[in-house]
Amino acid sequence: MRNECIYLKTKIVLNSIEDTKKLAKIIADYAFSGMIIGLAGDLGSGKTTFTKYLAKNIGVNDNINSPTFTILKIYQGNYDLYHMDVYRLEDIGYDYELDDFIYGEGVSVIEWYTYIRDQLPEELLTIDIQADGEFQRSLLIEGKGRYEKIIEAINNRYSN
Amino acid sequence: MYVLGVETSCDETSVSVVKDGKEVLSNVVLSQIDIHKEYGGVVPEIASREHVKGVTYVFDKAIKEAQIKYQDLDLIAVTKGPGLIGSLLIGVNAAKVISLNYDIPIVGVHHIAGHIYANNIDNTMEFPLLALVVSGGHTELILMKEHYDFFKLGETQDDAVGEAYDKVARVLGLPYPGGPVVDNMANKGKDTLNFPRPMIDSGDYNFSFSGLKSHVINTHHNMVQRKEEINIENFCASFQEAVTDVLVHKTIMAKNEYNIKQIIVAGGVAANSGLRRKMIDKIKDVPIYFPNMAYCTDNAAMIATAGYFQYLKGFKTDDLYLNGQSRLNMEE
Repeated sequence: MRNECIYLKTKIVLNSIEDTKKLAKIIADYAFSGMIIGLAGDLGSGKTTFTKYLAKNIGVNDNINSPTFTILKIYQGNYDLYHMDVYRLEDIGYDYELDDFIYGEGVSVIEWYTYIRDQLPEELLTIDIQADGEFQRSLLIEGKGRYEKIIEAINNRYSN
Repeated sequence: MYVLGVETSCDETSVSVVKDGKEVLSNVVLSQIDIHKEYGGVVPEIASREHVKGVTYVFDKAIKEAQIKYQDLDLIAVTKGPGLIGSLLIGVNAAKVISLNYDIPIVGVHHIAGHIYANNIDNTMEFPLLALVVSGGHTELILMKEHYDFFKLGETQDDAVGEAYDKVARVLGLPYPGGPVVDNMANKGKDTLNFPRPMIDSGDYNFSFSGLKSHVINTHHNMVQRKEEINIENFCASFQEAVTDVLVHKTIMAKNEYNIKQIIVAGGVAANSGLRRKMIDKIKDVPIYFPNMAYCTDNAAMIATAGYFQYLKGFKTDDLYLNGQSRLNMEE
């Protein structure tokens, strides 16, 4: 069972696309082989936009566009990026073809991760995005284990 | 030259025999659409399993209908990507088995090259040719100066156009797939909302539909909050006008810059009536082809045709290391 208490959390507000770039850079600085990032938030909240900037910072040169149609897109970089959109798996729960990637050696970014949360490892970084207005976004970021230092880094950056 | 085409990149298991890149002797398509419909889209793992179930039957049926034997084939052309990786692998491996068993050369074909070459079945391609590829997974403008020479002028920086349709439909409470429904509604409405025409003046051939999608969603959200009455038909018409304005504008730009002799609109969104109308209305000086409905959706005849020209052009044939690739650049 998940124990909510041991997840480190932080809440931040982003006011512009520049803020999103900065956050992506901080997180990318802590990238490691096997990293998993879950993104949640309504259509148009900026999940793919965040992924674009994260990709740039882990050495992916190709343009990142939406993975919705194929569910998974793979990109080569300093770490390989496995960009997933699991929205369509809502009623099904999981697709075992994704296992090779989620438990693979690159960095997985999973949009709509809440739909398959139970099948994901306990340790991961999650970012829940809420659109407050046209540009403003409120983010709830959680992580444990190897992800705690990312939360700390974000806290340090945003408390100053 | 008899070419066996194999296509399993998404939810259609298809095998075809095409003679000389033109004459379709058989084109068997086993669609899984009814299976995936209840999930609101293609489920990769289910798609792979269905391909496995159907693949042997579809191969044999295509050969039988063409009234030839496997030994008579001169080339095997199989979609190697882009697409669902598990699905692609079924077609690629089945094709490799036939290639090995009967000692027939094999080529891996780009799925979009297939959609473009679908046009050669009913028409003759003339160059320089411009292809607007629009579907649930693609939005690209491709320039061809001669056979099997693809240059990507531009592509979507975020969402594919068909995907934007699906997502807008979802927000408006319309069923999946969104394309035909929104198109239908749009035909009954008027462009009253003046949505932005993203990147229309960017000066390049790239597209972006994510910002438009967000704008549409915000507008809808605000109208709901203000308890304004929403005319869904006008909403769809406004969205469709914005999308087709950009697509047609950039197609015309490319046509003028590259002295284009023929325009092909390929992919699922080629069926959109608003896009067809606007293309035909605004472009009078160059013939525009929309592929025959039978070759518009995924099929192996188009792959056999593309494979034939790929082979003629002298591209190296593949070997048993041929593999499926979920993301694949056309120029590679």
